[in-house]
Amino acid sequence: MTDKTKKNRVLVGKPGLDGHDRGAKFIAHALRDAGFEVVYTGIRRSPEEIAAAAIQEDVDAVGLSSLSGAHMRLFPAVVEALAKAGAPEIPVLGGGVIPDEDIVALKAAGIVEIFTPGTPVDKIINAFKDACEKKSGG
Amino acid sequence: MTIDRLLEGLKAWDPRAIGRAISLVENGDESAQELLSALDEDLIARATILGITGPPGAGKSTLTNGIISQLRGSHKRIGIIAIDPSSPISGGAILGDRIRMMQHATDKDVVMRSMATRGRLGGLCATAGAAVRIMASCGCSPIIIETVGVGQSEMDIIRLADITLLVLAPGLGDDIQAMKAGLLEVADILVVNKADCKGADILAMDLEAVTRKGSGTPTQVSMTVATESKGIAELLERIDKVDKEHRDSGERQKRRRGAHDQEVLDWCLEMLRPKLLAEITRRNLPLPGDPRLKAKKILEEQ
Repeated sequence: MTDKTKKNRVLVGKPGLDGHDRGAKFIAHALRDAGFEVVYTGIRRSPEEIAAAAIQEDVDAVGLSSLSGAHMRLFPAVVEALAKAGAPEIPVLGGGVIPDEDIVALKAAGIVEIFTPGTPVDKIINAFKDACEKKSGG
Repeated sequence: MTIDRLLEGLKAWDPRAIGRAISLVENGDESAQELLSALDEDLIARATILGITGPPGAGKSTLTNGIISQLRGSHKRIGIIAIDPSSPISGGAILGDRIRMMQHATDKDVVMRSMATRGRLGGLCATAGAAVRIMASCGCSPIIIETVGVGQSEMDIIRLADITLLVLAPGLGDDIQAMKAGLLEVADILVVNKADCKGADILAMDLEAVTRKGSGTPTQVSMTVATESKGIAELLERIDKVDKEHRDSGERQKRRRGAHDQEVLDWCLEMLRPKLLAEITRRNLPLPGDPRLKAKKILEEQ
């Protein structure tokens, strides 16, 4: 074998019926420019589809975007779907129009980080890096 | 996951094990060696490897999705390897082929892996061959490899696949001209996708004319509308027919041999590259003078 060439692999997708994918695409691009391999699964995915894709693609982290207000239901559903599919160690990060009080509840439900509009992109990239490294080390 | 657990997982068709195994190989992990030498060579020998290539936007992913749907009707276990380009600047990649195939995401008998080229230029990634063998070893057949969107000379797929489809679509400009001396000549089956669009018939005629020049028998062009699943059943019949011909005539074995030798050569070069580069840098050669002569000298002195 040649030299080790580990790259951070992440999945970016949108669960539920929300079709506003500008944010998700922006993050996917930013991660690509930061050297990540980004599996982009597009809009209107079920939590089970996202979990199955994350496992087959052996990603280090999953990033979810939701702008429709359904995050309280859908983000934890992805965490559960991953656990049910036997991959509870894949960290889930989320972003969107999310009120402060929801952030506490989402973190309690196992979402590692939540980003709201105006978050500097470097902060998001670093959070993904941390999540990927933590997962690979564990 | 230990290698033993991983191998068990592969036998048991555990998607986690398949994903992890491909990652180990892709990342050049030391344990990959043990894994690769324990694969099921019988299954690898039997599986059909189908290559799908063509310019960006021709409909490769959508056609692949249609082929999966059709094949799942006959309960086949299918592997898909979809390749997208890595950024030459950041090394990152957007792997977006899954978008068109998400309807199969939760189908337990369809396993898909997106891979980035990681600097490789031939339309595949260096570890595509190993990923194919891992999937074949789990009982996938066919294994469909979708290349990056190609131009003229990305022909690695011809070597790796048993059968290669070249997918074109009307309205993509001068692609035909560009590909005359390349992929067109070597693809096994030509497909005009988006056959309901203006210019599809003319494109098919052009293709038949171009390929007729090279050989006595004109290549028949398959017409599809992948978004509506039109023409896919007929295309699969053709693929089966060509596959059977290749198996009967020994062409398949001949190609596997060629692919094998070429892949060994690729890995030899891949392994030599860093050592040679270090040696070249160390010598700090003067700029004037022919690089080819310098290379020869270095190799002779190794």
